[in-house]
Amino acid sequence: MARHSSGHERFLRIAKRDRMPKSRAFMIRVAAVLLSLVVSGFFILAVTKLNPIDVYKSLFAGAFGTKRRFWVTIRDTMMLLCISLGLAPAFKMRFWNIGAEGQVLIGGIVTAGMMRALGTSIPTPLLLVLMFACSFAAGAVWGAIPAVFKAYWNANETLFTLMMNYVAIQLTSYCVARWENPFGSNSVGIINQKTKAGWFPAIFGQQITLNVIIVLTLTVLMFLYLKYSKQGYEIAVVGSSENTARYAGINVKNVTVRTVALSGAICGIAGFIAVSGASHTISTSTAGGEGFTAIIVAWLAQFNSFIMVAISLLLVTLQKGAVQIASQFNLNDYASDVITGIILFFILGSEFFIKFRVVHRSRKGGRS
Amino acid sequence: MERTAAVEMINITKRFGQVLANDHVNLEIRKGEILSLLGENGSGKTTLMNMLSGIYFPDEGEIRVNGQKVTISSPHDAFDCGIGMIHQHFKLVDVFTAAENVTLGTKDDKLDLKAVSSKIRDICDRYGFVIDPAKKVYDMSVSEKQTVEIIKVLYRGADILILDEPTAVLTPQETDRLFGVMRNMKKDGKSMIIITHKLHEVMDVSDRVAVLRKGRYIMDVATKDTNPAQLTEMMVGKAVTLNIERPKFENPVPRLEVKNLTALDPLGVKRLDGVSFTAYGGEILGIAGIAGSGQKELLEAIAGLQPVEPGGSILYYPGGGKTKELVGLTPMQIRRAGVGLAFVPEDRLGMGLVGEMGMTGNMLLRSYSKGRGIVADRKGPRLLAERVREELEVMTPSIDFPVRALSGGNVQKVLVGREIAQSPMVLMTAYAVRGLDINTSYAIYDLLNRQKMQGVAVVYVGEDLDVLLELSDRIVVLCGGQVSGVVDAAKTTKEEVGLLMTKFRKEG
Repeated sequence: MARHSSGHERFLRIAKRDRMPKSRAFMIRVAAVLLSLVVSGFFILAVTKLNPIDVYKSLFAGAFGTKRRFWVTIRDTMMLLCISLGLAPAFKMRFWNIGAEGQVLIGGIVTAGMMRALGTSIPTPLLLVLMFACSFAAGAVWGAIPAVFKAYWNANETLFTLMMNYVAIQLTSYCVARWENPFGSNSVGIINQKTKAGWFPAIFGQQITLNVIIVLTLTVLMFLYLKYSKQGYEIAVVGSSENTARYAGINVKNVTVRTVALSGAICGIAGFIAVSGASHTISTSTAGGEGFTAIIVAWLAQFNSFIMVAISLLLVTLQKGAVQIASQFNLNDYASDVITGIILFFILGSEFFIKFRVVHRSRKGGRS
Repeated sequence: MERTAAVEMINITKRFGQVLANDHVNLEIRKGEILSLLGENGSGKTTLMNMLSGIYFPDEGEIRVNGQKVTISSPHDAFDCGIGMIHQHFKLVDVFTAAENVTLGTKDDKLDLKAVSSKIRDICDRYGFVIDPAKKVYDMSVSEKQTVEIIKVLYRGADILILDEPTAVLTPQETDRLFGVMRNMKKDGKSMIIITHKLHEVMDVSDRVAVLRKGRYIMDVATKDTNPAQLTEMMVGKAVTLNIERPKFENPVPRLEVKNLTALDPLGVKRLDGVSFTAYGGEILGIAGIAGSGQKELLEAIAGLQPVEPGGSILYYPGGGKTKELVGLTPMQIRRAGVGLAFVPEDRLGMGLVGEMGMTGNMLLRSYSKGRGIVADRKGPRLLAERVREELEVMTPSIDFPVRALSGGNVQKVLVGREIAQSPMVLMTAYAVRGLDINTSYAIYDLLNRQKMQGVAVVYVGEDLDVLLELSDRIVVLCGGQVSGVVDAAKTTKEEVGLLMTKFRKEG
């Protein structure tokens, strides 16, 4: 009658942790970044036989080594940060807006078109205000389209926003073809190169001061909006449970459309900044994949605007440094992608160890 | 070591984070006996049984089956040891027949449904089940689904059955039938562990009772040597009076009049069918019925969350001879119109509260839209959160600690506290004490009685008939979305209500 069981206890098991104090969680995250640099160092050594310290030095020099590089790094950080700020409300509401690329492009097209058409007839300060407003509106519309379909017919927003990216890319191609300059170059060229009409003016002798002012203002506003406003509260409730939202009398449809429109609008602003405040041209690569990178930034920061500043800076620094490594040590760009990958892997992995612990078979009970 | 032990659990310890779910628990199940495992929610009963059925693995301790030490690290191992668990939430495939469900997951070489069906009939005859092997699960009542679950376990040759709150979903008549079957299985030498909260059932069906409290094993005792008062004391750790008061309120006035309410679910199935009743201020109106008889839809229709068919009416009497029609209004319109309606929904964290937020954020749910300007006022909710925490003795590290991480009783206190703080005229509660420990349950009954004595019309949807009969003034019985009877709670019996609960059910 006695039957034996064949089962064995698994060698490692995963158990949920209690809440960890914030200070300890922060230490784990810092340790993860440091550890990732060590692992990347070994990787560099193993694959290229180069001294990792030299490589890191070169990486830093690539991002901050000269005044120009420093300002380019800041400019691109602001761009990534701006898109991340736009994505934050949508993702906080658990609306998977992966259409930031398209929303940026739409804002960019509108800006470029206005620069070309109105550059000679309207003074630059007024034109900047107009372009700001129009790119805001264009991004809002681009975001609102999938939101309306989600709210009223429960269309899948992930696919919808993704496809809207391709529509925006095609629209951009069309505009580039129409606005080609010089003819046959297959690009728009620098718009208003001589007059600089519609360009961000230099403030304190620095071309990107206005970029920084706009984006940091948005950073503070978004923080306050999500944390203290009534609408921010509605976003949090809808994101947590639509049933609770309905129970509380929140109009879920309205909140969905309103929030994603805002999300798209801020991405539209990012397009405005990219064209008027940075490249002064428009092409299908104006968004350059930052619309996807920004998703990582928003989630890693848990939608906290100020943490987004730090994460944007880290990612852009890595990108810029990568180019330098590639040229200085004769590696190709992928080497730096690997390093970026390792660092992100460790940051994400640390979240696992903050939430769970691993129990070894022989160590019954484990520590808490 | 007694020779008759079917299962021994020795020094079992299980931790979840810092929570000690089971602390060196010893438990023995003898052959051919029915053991009641008693304990409040969070006392570690289900954790202990989940280790026996292979869902969790103990951190310390050993399990012996028929005197042999075994390692159970998966439900499959448990079956190899002859242990089968009937879970509270059924795990059946809706579009399959009873026979198909029973054979699912067995390791027979070929699928011979005829043989399976005849074996099922054998099992039925032996223990007194009634089930048609060819019936699809979606056509079955809750009690039939439970029968399939039990047969599934027996079919795999289990000698030791664990039943996790099997009576929670049954009517009194169905419960009696289940107990009959359990006695037959006992005669056949099977061992059973039944987890239940209901003391009269413990006294009725079990041979022995084992009590857990806060993860610790307290004692075991032969059922004939004990009584409900003693068991409660063991569970709670101190003596508790088990009487629910029913104070009398003079001159009740109508507060809410529901007339001819019909509602469909998204698939067009009638969930409410011509429901009419009146709730008076100063009374607790109980709503009884088998789970899914339209209770949820009824409360949600009143709260403006469930659309109703034309012809229905929900009249609210604020006093002073005025009336207000609620049909067609959204929850926000109802609140803006000054209707004093409070609602404690069944799904506390999925509907009544925001799990990620603390008490303050949850108090804000009812008041955030108040006042002008774009900034939500958090000062009022913060004060309210402090008040609720103090008055209802909510155990939380801080009023900003996410309510999702609180225990069930504290979650419910936050929810009820917020709803009562609105000073409602009508207070609706759905399964207000489900999953709560005895002390918290009585605290909630007390709160409801106090609301009643302030002239509030309390609508109490409940599942425990004993409580409904003691607490309510009148009981509306729902059956298949219709009102099958309205009875005076002081004069009716459990059997009468039980029969009304199944009045319109199709036989077969």
